Amino acid sequence: MPEITCREALNQALHEEMSRDPAVFLLGEDVGLYEGSFKVSKGLLARFGEKRVIDTPIAEAGIVGMAIGAAMGGLRPVAELMTVNFSVVALDQIMNHAAVIRYMFGGKVTLPLTIRMPGGGGNQLGAQHSRSLEPLFAQIPGLRVVVPSFPADAKGLLKAAIRSDDPVIFLEHEGLYGVKGEVPDGERMLPLGLADVKRTGSDVTLVTLSRMVYVCLEAAGELAKEGIDAEVLDLRGLNPLDMKTVVDSVRKTHRVVTVEESCLTGGWGGEIAARLMEEAFDELDGPVLRVGGADVPMPYSKHLEQAAIPDADKVIKRVRELF
Amino acid sequence: MTEKVPAEELKKEELLKIYRDMVRIREFEESCPRLYSQGKMGGFLHLYSGQEAVGVGVAQALEPKDYMVGAYREHGLILAKGGKPQEVMAELYGKATGVSRGKGGSMHMFDGERRFMGGYGIVAGHLPLAVGLGYSIAYQGGDEVVACLFGDGATNQGVFHEAMNMAALYKVPVLFICENNGYGISTSISRSSAVKQLYKKSAAYETPGTKVDGMDVLAVYDTVRLAAEKARQEGGPQYIEAITYRFRGHSISDPGTYRSDQEKKLWKERDPIVNFRRSLLEKGRASEAELESIDYEEKELLEETIKFAENSPFPDPHELWTDIYAEH
Repeated sequence: MPEITCREALNQALHEEMSRDPAVFLLGEDVGLYEGSFKVSKGLLARFGEKRVIDTPIAEAGIVGMAIGAAMGGLRPVAELMTVNFSVVALDQIMNHAAVIRYMFGGKVTLPLTIRMPGGGGNQLGAQHSRSLEPLFAQIPGLRVVVPSFPADAKGLLKAAIRSDDPVIFLEHEGLYGVKGEVPDGERMLPLGLADVKRTGSDVTLVTLSRMVYVCLEAAGELAKEGIDAEVLDLRGLNPLDMKTVVDSVRKTHRVVTVEESCLTGGWGGEIAARLMEEAFDELDGPVLRVGGADVPMPYSKHLEQAAIPDADKVIKRVRELF
Repeated sequence: MTEKVPAEELKKEELLKIYRDMVRIREFEESCPRLYSQGKMGGFLHLYSGQEAVGVGVAQALEPKDYMVGAYREHGLILAKGGKPQEVMAELYGKATGVSRGKGGSMHMFDGERRFMGGYGIVAGHLPLAVGLGYSIAYQGGDEVVACLFGDGATNQGVFHEAMNMAALYKVPVLFICENNGYGISTSISRSSAVKQLYKKSAAYETPGTKVDGMDVLAVYDTVRLAAEKARQEGGPQYIEAITYRFRGHSISDPGTYRSDQEKKLWKERDPIVNFRRSLLEKGRASEAELESIDYEEKELLEETIKFAENSPFPDPHELWTDIYAEH
């Protein structure tokens, strides 16, 4: 199986879906001539032309709103916002329009729309370019929230997102574009809303997603040396939320730590913890513990930034509290 | 596609339809405060009385396949586009037979069949949607146009400018139609916009801007007809400012103390329905008896409309959880 980067996997998904379905088109800042600020849209303008790969003005609300209208008109837009931080500029379009239009019009209209956005910290980009907003989008009914980690997942999930008839928020991590992984050749589709066990274990479940999957795998490797066998469960998205796989894992391990890069307060880890208490309280041998981003605006200085983002050490320390 | 003729060449039945549509909207809207006070409907209620000539003039200048999108004062727009008053009223009642199946309410009416693509409650939020609809038309090689209506207050929002820029940039067939009724709730244009002549705002995006008397239905019809023709044939947006006035408050809860009695009186004298009726009679295009019978039929229709809404069922409780997603 060929090893490719996340960036290449996403690029393959876009090439394949655009050539499969003429209604699919791309719009966003610098997605055409510049091929995307992270080069995810490489080769698309040259292959599909300006009608289907649109370099937009810097107007995030305009981009998302235009994508919504185009979806209502029968197209299947894929909008790219340059970073998840800029999605806040378009939040009215995302929250008050994309998420609610189908419902408030009684199901009489469908919005097949994907909004891709890179995010996350670790590159010293400071407070306005480093957010992890998964919990924000997961809080909005009407949106699907998809968050890949491995390249194979990135490809399969992006293809499924584009084919979905619902608005999908597709959150990529800037720190993962260059990470390689095996991706099967040819058609690869992954249904939305299926978590994936990235490492099986019997003693504790690390529930996580995005770049933190790699952090948890590293932590699990270290914990194994101490005789703690950790299962790493990649949610791969927050809506639909695959609680079944989480509960199945907890039935086996009876201990849970959630690990997210988003700020701990109001993070999705708290939601998982609450649901586990409601759905699997008797399976728990201890409290559900959480690891999350520090509740601070992201600092610039490297050592401060690293202190704000969970790493394997923090995960290991939290896991040890359960034993 | 039927050729849209100049207003002066409109046939008698077309003129009578214009009259009927305006009367229908007025009857409908004027029945709402009473029904609201009886507790038949809830939420906000932004009534269209006084602005009928804009919605009806626009709709008359469009083809059935053309799209229309509006803001939250849209009862009159969906009715002008051919929406069934029974279903619009049922929506206000929150009934399952409503245009949005009871899930939208006064501000969120939708009728895909008639290409009324929704009423929206965030000021100017629907303008970029109109650009996207226009893009989908050009993308698919169609020759429809999108009529996007909004209030004067919308022209001060950021997305207004994003939408105007993108529409001109991508040459999408969108008619931006500003219904200038003078006020954003209580704040007059002179207190909210640095540019007082709102049609001039389109100049920043090299989009043709025109001003029209929004109390004169045939003037609106002619202006929109020409704009639609241009957008259809040449692509690219057009911008129209229709000067109008709402006879009631911003919403049902607005006592309207910020407008003088003198001002209200002067605008009432320009009532678009009264004046159109008078001109039809003066020009001998219709007889008093014909117009009276339309008035009567529309009153009858309103009664039937209210009866329909009254007798319709509320949405089933399980509807709370449907229509959120297309796929489960």
